[in-house]
Amino acid sequence: MSVYLPRPFVVDAVERETADTVTLVIRPQSGLAPAMKAGQFAMLSAFGTGEVPISVSRIARDRLHHTIRHVGEATRALTALKTGDSLGFRGPFGTAWPLAAAVGKDLLVLAGGLGLAPLRPVLDYVMNHRDRFARVSVLYGTREVSQVLFGRDHKAWRSLMSLRMTVDHDVRQPDCAPWSGQVGVITKLIPKATYDAQNTVAMVCGPEIMMRFSARDLEASGIERANIHVSLERNMKCAVGLCGHCQLSNFLVCRDGAVLSYDRVAPLLTVREL
Amino acid sequence: MSNRRHILNADAFDQLFDALRDAGYTTVGPTLHDGAIVYDALTCAADLPVGWIDVQEAGRYAVQDTGSGRYFDYTVGPHTWKRFLRPPREPLFEAIRSGAGVAFHAAAAPEETYALMGVRACDLAALGVLDAVLTGQTYVDTRYATRRSRAFVVAVQCARAGNTCFCVSMNTGPRASAGFDLALTELKDAGRHVFVVEVGSPRGATIAAALGLRDSTEEDWAAARAVSAATAANMGRQLDTTGLVSLLQQEAENPLWNDIAQRCLACANCTMVCPTCFCTTVEIDSDLEQTRASHTQVSDSCFHASFTQMHGGPPVRDTTSARYRQWLTHKLSTWHDQFGHSGCVGCGRCVTWCPVGIDLTAEAARLRASHEERA
Repeated sequence: MSVYLPRPFVVDAVERETADTVTLVIRPQSGLAPAMKAGQFAMLSAFGTGEVPISVSRIARDRLHHTIRHVGEATRALTALKTGDSLGFRGPFGTAWPLAAAVGKDLLVLAGGLGLAPLRPVLDYVMNHRDRFARVSVLYGTREVSQVLFGRDHKAWRSLMSLRMTVDHDVRQPDCAPWSGQVGVITKLIPKATYDAQNTVAMVCGPEIMMRFSARDLEASGIERANIHVSLERNMKCAVGLCGHCQLSNFLVCRDGAVLSYDRVAPLLTVREL
Repeated sequence: MSNRRHILNADAFDQLFDALRDAGYTTVGPTLHDGAIVYDALTCAADLPVGWIDVQEAGRYAVQDTGSGRYFDYTVGPHTWKRFLRPPREPLFEAIRSGAGVAFHAAAAPEETYALMGVRACDLAALGVLDAVLTGQTYVDTRYATRRSRAFVVAVQCARAGNTCFCVSMNTGPRASAGFDLALTELKDAGRHVFVVEVGSPRGATIAAALGLRDSTEEDWAAARAVSAATAANMGRQLDTTGLVSLLQQEAENPLWNDIAQRCLACANCTMVCPTCFCTTVEIDSDLEQTRASHTQVSDSCFHASFTQMHGGPPVRDTTSARYRQWLTHKLSTWHDQFGHSGCVGCGRCVTWCPVGIDLTAEAARLRASHEERA
């Protein structure tokens, strides 16, 4: 069986998240959904367009959720899919968030923009196993209020963990109450979170610049690099370590990541165009 | 296999082509075409560039007829064996839509069974490098693996080193000691023209048994070894690899990369002629009714802007400087971290076929000098 051959999947439901972002709830055309771990990704493709790496944003029984923003041709086609439409699926690929390593410790989750999607399975896990962690803090930053993801989950999250949000720009929404939260970059939220730096695992996902500065500030707050985890993004074509596209210095991100501990990648994040 | 070394008279060389054909192989190897020695189908020994040599320098390549009558006195040209084992275009699968459903049909398995005639030690090492990438990881490229496992390898022990050769520095040649089915060392003097034939596998022994071979003597073997020793002493280039893996990664922000980028055209020639460059992308063609879409794997290059293009914004490696740094650093440094060995085998093709003559060995040496100056 070719490692490049997709498996036919069907869209079970489409959840609109924002103006340009939807969550596809998908299942195999036949057979069981593959077991995915929080942090892993799949290569998704609408008919006649290219494959794109999309992290799993919820792992349900027999269904996988993938949250996709329309940013190019392939994601345009994927975000246009309707319930009942088919798509191609290859996966799961890549490393997972180190949930086991966080058990018994404080858990710090930092998400920037769409970076909340790969982290939602972590929060789902916390919701189902809250007693396995000490303090759980979620810091979430978006460009503006209209970009906030998974609003329907926030109430439940707030019941079992601390959720702090910030927006880069306070753009007034016509149908919404004025934004009462923080305005500014996500790193400003780090001092507000309560955690024991010696006993914390941090998981960070967002634009690379957001991860770089977040990881830097987390390290400065006393968390060891090895306990800070980031999810890197590169142009993945094959997802199986054979096409060379997703190289970041000594890593093939599809094979060695996308989730990597900060001690392994810190020097790479400060070199331009690496 | 009591004796693994034999003698084949050059005037009986066609027997090898015949034996390979009889065994079902399609023989491919060096042949003269449009002023270059390229790899193409061969039917008999006369298809080889008999008497020709190549003259190579950074950014320069020419062939000359010496009239020597020798079969293998050139080195390596613009083609590599990946042309056959991992062709630049490979069908992956077809997506076929019917109603709301879709089916994916994998492309038919490759059927070619090649005999690779005249594989030099550097290129044999390159096949090992490709094997590690395409068949040695968790996921295997089955089309490559299929062709590779079937391929019969006739190695040739180089009798000449080119001006851009540096296999000795990369510890890949000039003598191939394993990885072949048969290996030939060409010996020609006033008295005789023969090949010392080394048998490297049971498959090689089967083909060897079909040839009119006689046992080689100690003198023959000594002469064959002497050919390789002389070639090793005449390398056109050298590369000091000591500490290069960490050195290059430490020099990621050296201004010399910008200096190289002033000359580099980002044309991707080096990646096309490199025997280990394996990068690919995928092209998709669909019919007008949008019912069938074929996905084809095509060779790609880290010198293309699209290579690191993600959503929106510029590509990750937007400048030629960053792309050349990626290519050279990958070959000589990060390949070790990714796969456990060098990605460069010292064949010199990238030096010869660079249209502006950028020399990987010289650039690595300049980076080393710059590094040591600051140390």
